[in-house]
Order: sequence, then structure tokens, then C-alpha cells
Amino acid sequence: MIRIEGITHIFGEEADDRITALENVSLEFGPSEFVAVVGASGCGKSTLLRLIAGLIRPTAGRILLRDQLVAGPTTDVGLVFQKPTLLPWASVLDNVLFPLRMLGELSKGGIERAHELLDLSGLAGFERRMPDELSGGMQQRVALCRGLIRDPAVLLMDEPFAALDALTREEMGEHLLNLWTTRPKTVIFVTHSVPEAVMLSDRVVVMSPRPGRVADIIGVDLPRPRHQDMEADDEYQSSTRRIREHIFGARRPRTFPKPQAKVA
Amino acid sequence: MIWDLSVRVFAIPVYLLPSPGRILEVVWEHRAEVWVHSQATLFTVLAGFALSIVTAIPLAAILTLSPLGRAAIYPLLVLSQSIPKVALAPILVLLLGTNILPKIIITFLIAFFPLVISTAAGLAATPVELLELGRSLKANRIKELFRIRLPYAIPFLFSGLKMAITLSVIGAIVGEFVAADQGLGYLMTSALAFFNTPLGYGAIVVLSLLAIILFQAVCLVERVFFPWSLRMQN
Repeated sequence: MIRIEGITHIFGEEADDRITALENVSLEFGPSEFVAVVGASGCGKSTLLRLIAGLIRPTAGRILLRDQLVAGPTTDVGLVFQKPTLLPWASVLDNVLFPLRMLGELSKGGIERAHELLDLSGLAGFERRMPDELSGGMQQRVALCRGLIRDPAVLLMDEPFAALDALTREEMGEHLLNLWTTRPKTVIFVTHSVPEAVMLSDRVVVMSPRPGRVADIIGVDLPRPRHQDMEADDEYQSSTRRIREHIFGARRPRTFPKPQAKVA
Repeated sequence: MIWDLSVRVFAIPVYLLPSPGRILEVVWEHRAEVWVHSQATLFTVLAGFALSIVTAIPLAAILTLSPLGRAAIYPLLVLSQSIPKVALAPILVLLLGTNILPKIIITFLIAFFPLVISTAAGLAATPVELLELGRSLKANRIKELFRIRLPYAIPFLFSGLKMAITLSVIGAIVGEFVAADQGLGYLMTSALAFFNTPLGYGAIVVLSLLAIILFQAVCLVERVFFPWSLRMQN
């Protein structure tokens, strides 16, 4: 579905404030595959998403989406950001329909699909509400419906649940998997949370920071449908441990010295 | 009360400080005249205000969207604000004659600046993610402006409009002070010239009422048509 071939991305024009966000990154994402991308801050995760969406152009390398070179913003992807960034002047339904309106694709079928998505997200009855009347979790679910309204082949999610509390996060994960099972698509899910990455995805891409490189790709062999009880599973434990080792391994092991007794 | 009492107790002559009751009395006696002058002022205020809106929004758009436009317009904007408008008024009258045009232009010059600044701030405050979403939906700059940036700037636009409407009243009065044969500013100066102090004060009272009503009208438009805008400000 997506092929990333030797991508390097450098920010900044002047030699002394150049930052290499990504260096020689090659990845492949299959159709209907759910892939999480984890890594410390500054490993170029968000840059990777924006490159795939065609919002920025790589310094070197190329990206193929369905064997087509990504040369500019592509409408074949759905975007979900860390903040819901809904239109404050539009109702829930109009927010979900926004991509169709922008592209002049609004149809009866589109409106039906919006209602269907809102139902699946537990937002039935909220169609006429305004974004500021909803909780953060509900707003993010509306943003998810907006990302899915055109049923894109690829859904790009940039730390979508990072601003939510832990319980709402778990709930959002279930909603996302539900929607993904109903209409499978390639999901690239950038997150800081190792448990979230393992719980949701088929594969986890671990990235190392400054410059951003692929440190490892870890397959998660947990059966689907997933549920929170799988946290006790050996596969879950070993995947989580392996990811943590990559992220924290480069650092010196943290030791907590015993407080020394004061000598009188 | 205190005003009324002190006028009586200290026997202040009516040409210096008339009592509130006397002011209202005189305004009522001259109600037909006051009404005509109020209409003239209202027209100047609204015309200047409207001119400010139609000028400020495109200017704000150019300021925000085009670095070249910004470089070209910004110094001119600042210059236009550094010239004292009160000093400019007589020259405008000299150039354009004693008709309504110089009054509208002075009103506009005083009122449009905060509107440009607040609208530009609103256009620039649009979240980057929303603009990225727009770009991924093939929005060009015009579509981005009208479908995303401008609606996003509405709360900012209204805070600018509230400043602009109050300044428009000031602008109209400045214009009427300099050269006019009608309007509340003219009524005031001519009344005071003939030592009709109560009517002079009356003109100020009517003027303040006018300013309050216009300000509330702007608030009402926001409340009725853009209720989300008020909630966004809280």
C-alpha cells in the first residue's frame, strides 16, 4: 500500500540550524495493516506522517502510495491530529462532512455514512451539537469520523489520544479498532505510549531520535479482536519489553542509590 | 443626585453647569432639531464604519497571507496611524469641501486600524493542523481563506468591530467639529457658542446614548448570528 524508500528529511536552510528529522528511512505498510510508530520526542514521527500525506516534500528519497509517487497533498489519506481541531462554527455533523464539502463531494450517501460513523463512535444524537459542548474524548471521536468520512485507503494518526486521560484512551482505542474492523484500511498510528502501540497494532516501528532512524520493527502476534485483558499475555509482555529496551536501552541503566546513613 | 444637589447648593450658573433635569428639558424642547442632527451623525458613523469593514478585511487578508503584501502595507498602515487624525481633518475639508465625504474619511481613518489588526491576528491564529487538513483536501489559498481562516477569525473580527464602532462615533464627532452644518458635533459647538450650555450637554448625552446603542447592536449581531464566537472567547 505504502512504500517509503530511503527518505531523508532535513529542516532549515542555513547550515548551522539544519536539523535532520529523518535519515535514510525505508518502510513498507501493507493494505489493511495497523502499524504503530513509537519513539522518543524528536525522532521524526510526525514528519513521517506529513511526508506520507504529501504535506511536505522529502529532502531525499521517495514515497509511493498505491504505486503512485506522492508529489503533493493527497486526498487518499485521512488525517487525525493530537488536538481534535474541529471547526468551532460547525455542528458535529458538519464537522464530519467538512472533507466532502471542501472537495465538492457532498451527497446523500455521504450524509448517511456520516451518521453511520457517528453511530459506531457512540455519538448518535449529538449530530446537531457544537464542538465546545462535547468532552475532549467525544471531540476526538468526531475528528476520527471526519478522518474516515471519505473512507480513505490510509488513515494517518498523529498521537491522536495523547491529550486524553488514561481511561478515555483505552475507550478510544476500542472505538478505533471497531471502526477499523468494519472498514479495514492501512492505519499508521504515531504514539508515545508503548502499551497503546502494542495493544492496537499488527507491527510496531520503533524509531530512534536525532536523526530519526528505524531502530526495529516488532510484530505483535496477539489475536484479534483485542481486549485489555491481553496485557497479561506473554506476547504482550515480551513485545512491550523489547520496545522499551530499544527506547531506553541506549541510555545508561538508571540506578537509584540507597540513601546513605548520616554519620554522626 | 450629587450633580443636581451641588448645582442647587452652590448656585452654579446654568451656562457653566446645568442640572441634569434642565439638560433633559432642553433636549426635549429641541427634540426635532436633536433628531435631525442625530440622524446626520448616525449616517456618518455607519458610513465610516462600513468603509472600515470593507477595507480592513481585505487588508488583513493580504497582511496575513502574503509576505510581500505585508512588507508593502505594514509601513503605510503604521504611518496612517501616526498622523494625528484631528490635525488631518481641516486639510481633508480643504481638499474635499464641507460635505459629508471628509467626515466619513476621518471616521474611517480613526476606526479601521484596530479592525485590521484584530482581523489579521484572527487569520493568523488558525491552528496549523486545520490548515494542513485543508491542504490535504486540495484547498487553494482562496478557499483556505474563505472556508477556514475567515470563519476562524470571527471572534477576533468582532472584538475589532466593537472597538471600531466606538471609534467611529469619535471619528464622526471630530469631523463634525471641524466643518459641518449638521450632526451632533455641530449641534454641540453651535449651542455652546451661543451659551446654550444645557443643549451642548444634551448633545453629549444623546451622543453617548448613540454610542451605547451601536455597541450593543454589534454585540447583538454576534450573539444572534455567531453564538459560538462568544463561547470561544470565554
